[in-house]
Amino acid sequence: MAEGTLIQALRQAMDEELAHDDRVFIVGEDVGPRGGVFRATQGLFEKYGPGRIIDSPLAELSIIGVGIGAALYGMRPICEIQFADFIHPAFNQIVNEAAKMCYRSNGEWTVPLVIRAPYGGGIGGGLYHSQSLEAFFAHVPGLKVVIPSNPHDAKGLLKAAVRDPNPVLFFEPKKGYRLIKGEIPEGDLVEPLGAAKVSRAGSDLTAIAYGMMHHYTLQAAEAVAAEGISVEVVDLRTLLPLDKRTVLASVRKTGKALIIYEDNLTGGYGAEVAAILAEEAFSDLDAPVRRLGGPDVPAMPYSHPLQDWFMLNPEKIAAAMRALARY
Amino acid sequence: MGLPKESLLEMYRVMLFSRRLDERAWVLHRQGKIAFHISAIGHEAAQVGAAFALQRGVDWVVPYYRDLALILAMGMTPREFALGLMGKKGEPSSGARQMPSHWSLRRANVVSHSSPVATQTPHASGIALGIKMRGDSAVVLTTIGEGSTSQGEWYEGVNWAAVHKLPVIFLVENNIYAISVRQEMQMAVAGAAGKAAGLGLPGVSVDGLDVLAVHETVGQAVERARRGDGPTVVEARVHRLTPHSSDDDDRTYRPRDEIEAMKAADPLGAFQKTLREKKVLTQKIEAELEADATAAVEDAIRFAEAAPYPDVSEAAYPVYVEDVRRG
Repeated sequence: MAEGTLIQALRQAMDEELAHDDRVFIVGEDVGPRGGVFRATQGLFEKYGPGRIIDSPLAELSIIGVGIGAALYGMRPICEIQFADFIHPAFNQIVNEAAKMCYRSNGEWTVPLVIRAPYGGGIGGGLYHSQSLEAFFAHVPGLKVVIPSNPHDAKGLLKAAVRDPNPVLFFEPKKGYRLIKGEIPEGDLVEPLGAAKVSRAGSDLTAIAYGMMHHYTLQAAEAVAAEGISVEVVDLRTLLPLDKRTVLASVRKTGKALIIYEDNLTGGYGAEVAAILAEEAFSDLDAPVRRLGGPDVPAMPYSHPLQDWFMLNPEKIAAAMRALARY
Repeated sequence: MGLPKESLLEMYRVMLFSRRLDERAWVLHRQGKIAFHISAIGHEAAQVGAAFALQRGVDWVVPYYRDLALILAMGMTPREFALGLMGKKGEPSSGARQMPSHWSLRRANVVSHSSPVATQTPHASGIALGIKMRGDSAVVLTTIGEGSTSQGEWYEGVNWAAVHKLPVIFLVENNIYAISVRQEMQMAVAGAAGKAAGLGLPGVSVDGLDVLAVHETVGQAVERARRGDGPTVVEARVHRLTPHSSDDDDRTYRPRDEIEAMKAADPLGAFQKTLREKKVLTQKIEAELEADATAAVEDAIRFAEAAPYPDVSEAAYPVYVEDVRRG
């Protein structure tokens, strides 16, 4: 095991999958000689050539649409959307085509496709380089939605996504690309999709998060631990399908649940988790289920103080933990 | 015309069967026995001419909903079509999940498509990208109506194929109506073939009422694609001799004399006349084929009426590849 960043882990995963399976290829904007605007594919063009690391025209729907076609032919495309904010032109292809193909053909046609998209704010990206879009896609049966929170999981989950026979949306917390460091397992370690993980054990309340907010939630849990509040943290890792068992087991143990997500609050992914807890863990709850999300404004503003107002951070999360612990 | 007599007769047979099945579908709809029909009447020559230019079983087809004659040419049986009309078990396109005429036929490399138009175009380019990556010799035929070439998805899909010189034939079945909206409100060029110039690939326009002309033109595009010289836009000028679908009434937007003039130029009648002149069709053969068509339609409808509906439990799967059940 070697220490590395989230982006290094993702690059390793793609490198290994390209070497492992000659059906795997990468397509997206600037993924070739430039190595991607975040350098996720750095060095892969030199290693695998223009036949497998393909710079696409600057048009997102056909990055996905052409990827779907290649997948129908039996290839294993990894489609990179440069920023998740730019995925909307491809919504029809993802939701009406990739997600429905298996069902609508009664299993005759399948789409083994990975869509990688950096998401989330805190990088001065303004309205259109900061969005969190997981709720749109976690609503769609037929898709899998994965969001890693650390280098270890990023590598194993991306390898699993590439090998999965279904379309997988793989949202990457871009603020964490170089900020989040950790062990990167060497060799062919594949993390199963659809499995959440208890990343910190605790007894007073359960904090449920994913991606960048999971990173902050761990920091917040550490901060309130010094005040005697014991927080159990669940990293969802896969939003669709959701590992309800792990979430419910933790909340039944602690009796309190706080769901943290960066997306704006209303209709966000946390609403679904809250509904599940209300329906299936009501008698175990000692407090109302709490959601901590972004404000209900159209998107994240650019100016630094305005961005900070939108973004959650460990301090805001810790404050919500204290409030729930006191209930 | 280098086609042997057997091929000519087979082309005529498919066009005739398509016409008779299509006519019966309209009757079934008016009888309240089916919920929906969308017609190929007037398009049969374009579809059959194109299909017979392919190596059927080797080449790939990404169709659209007006392609009854095309799907029959690719090997769907009248019984299978009738199962689809009635939403009965065993329907091969979707297991009776999709509306009628939303084709898929895995055994013939005919790919599943949806209702939102032009979504299939990028898929065709992606399949062709896969073919090129694997070094295979197949080509891809994808079809569409001229109205749908207004979609960005069409331009993006065609652009991809042009940039990468992919083996695709983009067949536009131009009947000058997008439901009720005439071509001049859809495009400023004289026809869909004219759009190709801006994308850097050849665009040719052919009389889509002449099955042999379409066969020759698409055949040249197929040869070009198979040689590795890239894609072609082929516009087949056809007539839609019916309303858009069973739910449309074209009397509100279409002059009756236009329809009557178009009916006088019926592509099935035109081919019949050609084959009579070539002594390929005799009165005896014509009568036999007509009797065969009638018998096939009767058999198909009886078969589908007697067939069971899918079990309600089938509606719940297969959402993911893991759910695919056989039998």
